Amino acid sequence: MTAYLLKRLVIAAITLVVASMVVFAVLEVLPGDPARLMLGMNASADQVALLRNQMGLDAPLILRYLHWVGGLVTLDFGRSYTYSVPVIDLVRERLVVSLPLALMALTLSTAIAIPVGLFAASRQGRAGDAIAMGTAQLGVAVPNFWFALMLIYLFAVWLRLVPAGGFPGWSAGAWPALKALLLPAVALALPQAAILARVTRSALIEVMNEDYIRTARAKGLPYRAVLWRHALRNAMIPVLTILGLQFAFLLAGTIIIENVFYLPGLGRLVFQAITQRDLIVVESVVMLLVAAVIIVNLLVDMSYALADPRLRGRQ
Amino acid sequence: MTVSHETPGSRSLASRAFANRSFVAGFIVAVLVAAMALLSYLWTPYDVTRLVISDKTLPPSSAHWFGTDHFGRDILSMIMVGARNSIAVALVAVGIGMGFGVPLGTLAAARGGLVDDALMRLNDLFFAFPALLSAIMITAIFGPGAVNAIIAIGIFNIPVFARVARAGALSIWPREFVLAARAAGKGPARITVEHILPNIATLLLVQGTIQFALGILAEAGLSYLGLGAQPPMPSWGRMLFDAQTRMATAPWMAIFPGMAIVITVLGLNLLGDGIADILDPKSRRRA
Repeated sequence: MTAYLLKRLVIAAITLVVASMVVFAVLEVLPGDPARLMLGMNASADQVALLRNQMGLDAPLILRYLHWVGGLVTLDFGRSYTYSVPVIDLVRERLVVSLPLALMALTLSTAIAIPVGLFAASRQGRAGDAIAMGTAQLGVAVPNFWFALMLIYLFAVWLRLVPAGGFPGWSAGAWPALKALLLPAVALALPQAAILARVTRSALIEVMNEDYIRTARAKGLPYRAVLWRHALRNAMIPVLTILGLQFAFLLAGTIIIENVFYLPGLGRLVFQAITQRDLIVVESVVMLLVAAVIIVNLLVDMSYALADPRLRGRQ
Repeated sequence: MTVSHETPGSRSLASRAFANRSFVAGFIVAVLVAAMALLSYLWTPYDVTRLVISDKTLPPSSAHWFGTDHFGRDILSMIMVGARNSIAVALVAVGIGMGFGVPLGTLAAARGGLVDDALMRLNDLFFAFPALLSAIMITAIFGPGAVNAIIAIGIFNIPVFARVARAGALSIWPREFVLAARAAGKGPARITVEHILPNIATLLLVQGTIQFALGILAEAGLSYLGLGAQPPMPSWGRMLFDAQTRMATAPWMAIFPGMAIVITVLGLNLLGDGIADILDPKSRRRA
């Protein structure tokens, strides 16, 4: 058990370090001088050189990398070139939009997918199964940003139930803020739910063919009871894996969805920072997102060991 | 690829293919989309490069089946031309993924040990990067455009194919006919080409179809953000971007290009499912 967890932990740490090198290296090759960009095309070479010096762009590569990583660890991400505020402040103020959005989407997609998967598995091969899986097949094919536009058309333009975009801020009260996040969360959640429902169904069906399920059935337990009591728990491993993977999709999905709904979240921040060549913001936010993905997958790996005692002995 | 262990009583591959509803539906959609893209080289209802401002944002009618956009261009014609872009980007991206991923994956399986470990750790590293976020970074760094979109999407296909090829190859290596080939003195490279690849071709074909569909979705996402094909070249994602601010006045600008994406991706996914079913009937009973 400890060996398994330790190995996972070491692998995650190495991945994190290598990922930070990759992010740093990729952004080093970025054409365009941030100092020149900030000062505009009319600035003299001296002014640019001075600012480069102030921004620490003159230091050797390795020192800049170490400085950056040191900053990340102490949550001192440096200052944004374009906003002229500490990056950590930007991240904090955007996170209160993106994190609730991602959590809402994850909750919604799980709350939809697992019952649908259970339903389809319990009616395998019958009409209910075909309808549920047909819908899921369709859901996988829908781009979330188009789905978002259709939701805007239906609920904001036509029915006028929710705002078409923007975010009033949490200071405006919990309900208006949640209302602004509702459509984006649904747009993010449904395509993910479609994938998750399919995985849940096939994992359940796979488990239902196991010997111990046959034993449970043989001792007289009804099909539904076996499905709930024995199969669901054992089918959780592939479902957890996909949930972990979907977290990465969800984070990336927020980039597009936040653009559709004009939400001032992390995704929109990183997208704007990329187009404005705000290197420090891009580096820090991308690294934060990558770290989040690695940590979530580590937690998923660890939860396997908790969910399935057989895995503790392995590796 | 033919199935070698067919008994005289079993139906032929073709008749099984046409009995498979997923395959037939997916195949028809794929052919229609490809035909639409090819036809657009010869003929479109209207010229997509001509702007007719007096015809701007017309609702669907008999003259313009899917309406017109804010420059008066015919949406149907733009969808037809946009199909070329989607297909080209997704197809080349799959080619990149297979071209690099399959050699890497089969190498990892053939060599095992350190090579395998190193390649698979590298693969894990790739998976830590949200693909879309990285694609956005790549296209933003090297400039927006169809070619950079292809590269950005293609790079993230490599670890997918490497993983599938490795898993497939690992399951073939312990088989008797591989042992026989080794006993006959064939080297790992020759065994991989002659025995492993033909036996994992089905897996690769199915994964290729899935990645093709995902590529179309990814390209639409990048174009939507303005990082894919550049105007005046029509692309489905870009059309949705243009539609976004006009949802209240011209919803057809969003509805039809989006449906084109959904139908194409759905068709490809059905095709992939169908191929998997036909070539590996065992999978149908299981899943």
